[in-house]
Amino acid sequence: MTVRQLSIFLENKTGRVTEVLDTLGSEKIRIHAMTIADTSEFGILRMVTSDPDKSLTLLKNRGFSVNMTDVLALSTPAEAGRFAEILQCFSAEKISIEYMYAFSLGKTAYMILRTDDCTRALAIIAKNNLKLVTYDDLKFL
Amino acid sequence: MQKKIEIWNETFECMSREQMRECQSRRLVETVARVYHNVPYYRSKMQQAGLTPDDIRSVDDLHKLPFTTKKDLRDNYPYGLFAVPMSEIVRVHASSGTTGKPTVVGYTRKDLSTWSEVVARTLTSAGVQRSDIVHVAYGYGLFTGGFGIHYGCEKLGATVIPVSGGNTQRQIQLMHDFGPTVLACTPSYALYLAEAIKDSGIPREEFKLRIGIFGAEPWTENMRREIEEKLQIKAIDIFGLSEVIGPGVSSECQHQCGLHIYEDHFYPEIIDPETLEVLPAGETGELVFSTITKEGLPILRYRTRDITCLNYEKCECGRTLVRMDKCIARSDDMLIIRGVNLFPSQIETVLLEMEETSPHYILYVDRINNLDTLELWVEVDERFFGDQIRELQAIAKKLQHNLESRLGISITVKLVEPKSIARSEGKATRVVDKRKLI
Repeated sequence: MTVRQLSIFLENKTGRVTEVLDTLGSEKIRIHAMTIADTSEFGILRMVTSDPDKSLTLLKNRGFSVNMTDVLALSTPAEAGRFAEILQCFSAEKISIEYMYAFSLGKTAYMILRTDDCTRALAIIAKNNLKLVTYDDLKFL
Repeated sequence: MQKKIEIWNETFECMSREQMRECQSRRLVETVARVYHNVPYYRSKMQQAGLTPDDIRSVDDLHKLPFTTKKDLRDNYPYGLFAVPMSEIVRVHASSGTTGKPTVVGYTRKDLSTWSEVVARTLTSAGVQRSDIVHVAYGYGLFTGGFGIHYGCEKLGATVIPVSGGNTQRQIQLMHDFGPTVLACTPSYALYLAEAIKDSGIPREEFKLRIGIFGAEPWTENMRREIEEKLQIKAIDIFGLSEVIGPGVSSECQHQCGLHIYEDHFYPEIIDPETLEVLPAGETGELVFSTITKEGLPILRYRTRDITCLNYEKCECGRTLVRMDKCIARSDDMLIIRGVNLFPSQIETVLLEMEETSPHYILYVDRINNLDTLELWVEVDERFFGDQIRELQAIAKKLQHNLESRLGISITVKLVEPKSIARSEGKATRVVDKRKLI
């Protein structure tokens, strides 16, 4: 039910992100979502790709420090107040959001989030009839 | 009006070379007998070399004795080399060792008196008088700097202000309000203070400083000129190491042409660091000291790792004491950061103790605004790289904390990608020292 997301450690050096993207692109791996969390010292590049296992291997072979995390991907109609509604469901049950990234285009909005309690988060999603995006869904999006 | 004292102890500081040699030989013979009978380590070393105290009759026989190194002190940590029972040791000090353990030194009451005497000579050679007020910004604690200068000042009769290190704003306020005429600290801190005084806007005329007593780290003639111009004082170089006694081993007179060694207490030799051969006067090599009056921790042929040369010519000041050149280089990998000794291997020890970091690192040393800075680049260990900024920051912070508490100085930690630090087959380059000492 969760989606696997790669996280890659990057020093603040120009060209590093390009190298990651080139590595994946040259093997025809598609990137569904990505974001960079940065500090003045370093950054963490987070990505959801079309082939997480292959991505991990490719990047490790190129010498990157890579990790895999389970995150939740949700979709919702692109209307005002929808994001707030979703987050309300979590905060009502005292679940914290560690981080999230979202994008809205046309009629649908997508968000990827990591919570501090995946199991309970999934239960909340089911209880509130929130729409989960799974790995299979991503293949066809 | 009190007469100005130029030389604290004329008897010894202006002794003829022959008399000095006789005095040194007598004291050396006593010391060798004392360590042979009281320090198992020295007895065993001498026996291994087939020597007994009878084989040492004068300083001419000194070359027969084996050397002592920092490792020997470490192997006998903490009190194994003391030549007296602990009940006679009235003070203990310590400085950095190559690994986790510090180098420990001990003093009897007589040793403390000797120490005060040589520091009084040091202060006098710099022009300090009873009427002076001395601001001591060397650290007080296990480090010998603060206490060493302190007791020497009291012996001299000068007024000592025991400020210790840190809190620059407060230092400036005290320097202004208490009116010290003498500043004792590391040369790089002196430059730092000079800038801070300038920034404070307080006019230089409101400060009464006229002399600086600077040591604990190497500094060049250029740095001296800069300090003298910026602080408008006479900047005197002093030298010492805790294994020998602390500050007070040697110091410049006002002619600033080499540091007079208090050789009636500390007998110097220069050796070739590779062949270990004793070199004649005038040749550059590693400085070796034998203490000939200390009781608590007498030490024979201690390899300082400092590179210098000796000059036996009589000085313009009237002293006949042998002079050593300013020490700039070392024959080992020890660094001196803001007056504190640091061995790269100490960093390795901390890194190896932490699972989250790999032992691959580079230490960048620099001097910014006259203060030494340390930046440690460490590779992230993949197993511990999670998904969150917070986790990585926690690792960096933990490492920084562990380093600071072990090493006693602050280091900035920068996490870098795995394998980004060059590997080498031989000894890896671990330290990049960007400080230009020239």
